[in-house]
Amino acid sequence: MSEHQVVEHDVIVIGAGGAGLRAAIAAAAGGASVGLVCKSLLGKAHTVMAEGGVAAALSNADERDNWMVHFADTMRGGQYLNSWRMAELHAKEAPDRVRELESWGALLDRTPDGRMNQRNFGGHKYPRLAHVGDRTGLEMIRTLQDHGIHQGIDVHMEVTVTKLLTDGDRCVGAFAYDRERGRFKVFKAKAVVLATGGIGRAYTITSNSWEYTGDGHALAYHAGAELVDMEFVQFHPTGMVWPPSVRGILVTEGVRGEGGVLKNSEGRRFMFDDIPPLYQGQTAATPEEGWRYVIGDKEARRPPELLTRDHVARKIVKEVKEGRGSPHGGVFLDIAWIKQNIKDAEGHIRKKLPSMYHQFKELAGVDITKEPMEVGPTMHYMMGGVRVEPDSQMSTTVKGLFAAGECGGGLHGANRLGGNSLSDLLVFGKRAGEYAAKFAAGNSAVKLGDDQVKLAESEALAPLERDADADVGPFRLQYELQKLMQDKAGIAREETELTEALEGIQKLKARASVMGAGGSREYNPGWHTALDLHNLLTISEAIALAARERKESRGAHARVDYQAKDAAWGTFNHVIKKGKDGNMEIRREPLAAIRQDLQDIIKEQG
Amino acid sequence: MAKTEFQVWRGDSSGGELQSYQVDVGPGYVVLDAIHQIQAEQANDLAVRWNCKAGKCGSCSAEVNGSPRLMCMTRVDDLPKDKPITVEPMRTFPSVKDLVTDVSWNYEVKKTIQRFMPSKPDAADGTWRMDQYDVERPQEFRKCIECFLCQDVCHVLRDHHMHDRFAGPRMFVYVANLEMNPIDTGNRVAQLRDELGVGYCNITKCCTKVCPEHITITDNAIIPLKERVVDQSYDPIAKLLGAGKE
Ligand SMILES: Cc1cc2nc3c(=O)[nH]c(=O)nc-3n(C[C@H](O)[C@H](O)[C@H](O)COP(=O)(O)OP(=O)(O)OC[C@H]3O[C@@H](n4cnc5c(N)ncnc54)[C@H](O)[C@@H]3O)c2cc1C
Ligand code: SF4
Ligand code: SF4
Ligand code: FES
Repeated sequence: MSEHQVVEHDVIVIGAGGAGLRAAIAAAAGGASVGLVCKSLLGKAHTVMAEGGVAAALSNADERDNWMVHFADTMRGGQYLNSWRMAELHAKEAPDRVRELESWGALLDRTPDGRMNQRNFGGHKYPRLAHVGDRTGLEMIRTLQDHGIHQGIDVHMEVTVTKLLTDGDRCVGAFAYDRERGRFKVFKAKAVVLATGGIGRAYTITSNSWEYTGDGHALAYHAGAELVDMEFVQFHPTGMVWPPSVRGILVTEGVRGEGGVLKNSEGRRFMFDDIPPLYQGQTAATPEEGWRYVIGDKEARRPPELLTRDHVARKIVKEVKEGRGSPHGGVFLDIAWIKQNIKDAEGHIRKKLPSMYHQFKELAGVDITKEPMEVGPTMHYMMGGVRVEPDSQMSTTVKGLFAAGECGGGLHGANRLGGNSLSDLLVFGKRAGEYAAKFAAGNSAVKLGDDQVKLAESEALAPLERDADADVGPFRLQYELQKLMQDKAGIAREETELTEALEGIQKLKARASVMGAGGSREYNPGWHTALDLHNLLTISEAIALAARERKESRGAHARVDYQAKDAAWGTFNHVIKKGKDGNMEIRREPLAAIRQDLQDIIKEQG
Repeated sequence: MAKTEFQVWRGDSSGGELQSYQVDVGPGYVVLDAIHQIQAEQANDLAVRWNCKAGKCGSCSAEVNGSPRLMCMTRVDDLPKDKPITVEPMRTFPSVKDLVTDVSWNYEVKKTIQRFMPSKPDAADGTWRMDQYDVERPQEFRKCIECFLCQDVCHVLRDHHMHDRFAGPRMFVYVANLEMNPIDTGNRVAQLRDELGVGYCNITKCCTKVCPEHITITDNAIIPLKERVVDQSYDPIAKLLGAGKE
């Protein structure tokens, strides 16, 4: 057996984004000794990229807002496939979680009377997103990081977990390597929290970073956990489309929140053409009403650009398909036009959207205070995740394993509202950490099986022991997988293509099992990519399988061959689990009946 | 398509050298795209840090043609075309491998800085009222993405290696953010003077020039901090009263 270091903690948290940091802080507050593991340096996790804001019914910007409206908005956005209990907890607890950030040093933008300001975002009835310009994620992660480093948490940076260790149906630790030197680490823990984020690297065009290889989803699945809602992959309507090297990089919804409008090549605001029935009463009838909403007129309804992401993304695809797109295959997003309505519009745009201004100026040579941007859909967020108990965030099948943030499932149902992720991280990160500490306190020490560790070691070393050939190497296979998923399991889906995707994945799996990565164990991206690839393959299979099973269109899941939403399909979630024979199994899990008082709220909010 | 020559430093703590690679530079390419192409096609094991590819995370710091830059925000077509483009790791930090350096010192120093200490909430709802005007000053410092390019360029660290006495511009930006937070009650003046060594900065402003977030490090953070140190250290009455902040 090759050497490894054993690290022991009550709780280990895998992932140091918003969810992981918040979980680690909560677990430490609960009296546990805590280890925090992340693939990158501290403070670089994906959360740092979040732009628009964090949703919480603080009712600072509009006193009509409260948790009930937020709850109803979240359920409507998720097309009622959400875990209603999580949606309730989220709406109720988000305001306290956001306020808490200020007591840890965050400085969010203010209202004229000195409270936290809130902005409009798609699917939220009232201005609800607390923010700092368009760098809210940076504010949040830095606040949690700078608070977290004083809580006695042991941080293991640039360490990648490749396997969860189990004892029967209990998770007892994790196997990892450090990226710098390739040395192995075995984490022994009474409770494990997964907070590994999303899966964006399964697609070619994505707003996500290299870290998003679905590790938490895949680790949990192989340890016996259930995954839920894996067919629901959110494509953000506005990613950059030109130049090719920046394709997919996010253009925050905040642009539309500040008054940005979508136009096709004919100059038409096509979003007015088709308002879905669920939102008809809530959407502006004219551009003039839409603008009044943007500037805070409480009588006005929101412009159609602020409909939910799934809808806006599909409308953009339609314009492009029908030949009314922009030169590089997107549509136009125009914020410069607001100069017709306000003085010093250029200064206002630079102040409200500073990183968008720089991003376009420096990467695309476009001045957004003067010209429209070209935008198109980009894979952005994974609604599906580890299936958990709503209150504790513990896996439904693996004891001592918790999941929070983007790798956890349930809160968002078929479609997530913008801003509801950052709040998700805080609310359920805290809960996961708290319950993990409790679980650790209430359960005996664990023992690790040597066999599991040995197996994990040999699996990790395998790619280095095989011959390397860049033409069939890890980067090549990852590229082929991305293309397969983009083409066959992307924004508009179809039975035959999904079957092709599943077959393609099996072939890639076979190739991955004999793929070699050249070089040594020291900081070797080829080797790292080879190991991540297995996770990507697992979650890609789950996505394609669930997508093929759902024969309707709902939320982010759009089927070309079943374009209508079908009420019969709105009564269950898809749950995926590894079968006894090692194959992936999918089943229908009926939705839990919504508590009566919450049903009443949904009805009232219309 | 014409190829562009990139010379990338390959090596580790025991030494290394520039190696030449030919890259097909596509439209809009940034230096990080070129590095990725080399990594995917010619050198799978080329070590580089990156995350966001949009100038938001501060991971991809390196020295491009000798100047400290974010690789993801440096357009290839903005660089001179008549000579090869060199890409080297940050020189102020120990090498790990290729373009990756050991920046852990920064994290250690930060931990030693007196943490944020909020006042009691001043509003009935248990929160604080703060004016937008008052939060804007520290908000400038909170834009920092911890790319450590300012640390890389500062001669006190780069040439004089005073890591044990001098915390560097990034840490002064961090302290300034805490000191100017409207609800903070801490006082980091003695620490600035005795441990963080703000006095060693001789205001060359090199740090400000390289900051990708355009934080006016010297004028807005370091100089006001130096003034606090002078005011509180040498004003006998303030010293006697143990005065806090203005
Ligand atoms: C460009 C962009 C803008 C966004 N804007 C918003 C917004 O305005 N509002 C909003 O609510 N949401 C927004 N989102 C979504 C939101 O940012 C993410 O969903 C959220 O940050 C995810 O946080 P997390 O804590 O779950 O994961 P992350 O922040 O991604 O953290 C994941 C962590 O897990 C670690 N990790 C992963 N795998 C392993 C492994 N195998 N071993 C060890 N560690 C591992 C990583 O290193 C990292 O530390 C945006 C997303 C993007 C991409
Ligand atoms: S101004 Fe001061 S901190 Fe900045 S580079 Fe010069 S000496 Fe270093
Ligand atoms: S102050 Fe600027 S240069 Fe220094 S670490 Fe922060 S962002 Fe980078
Ligand atoms: S990759 Fe994030 S700043 Fe360059």
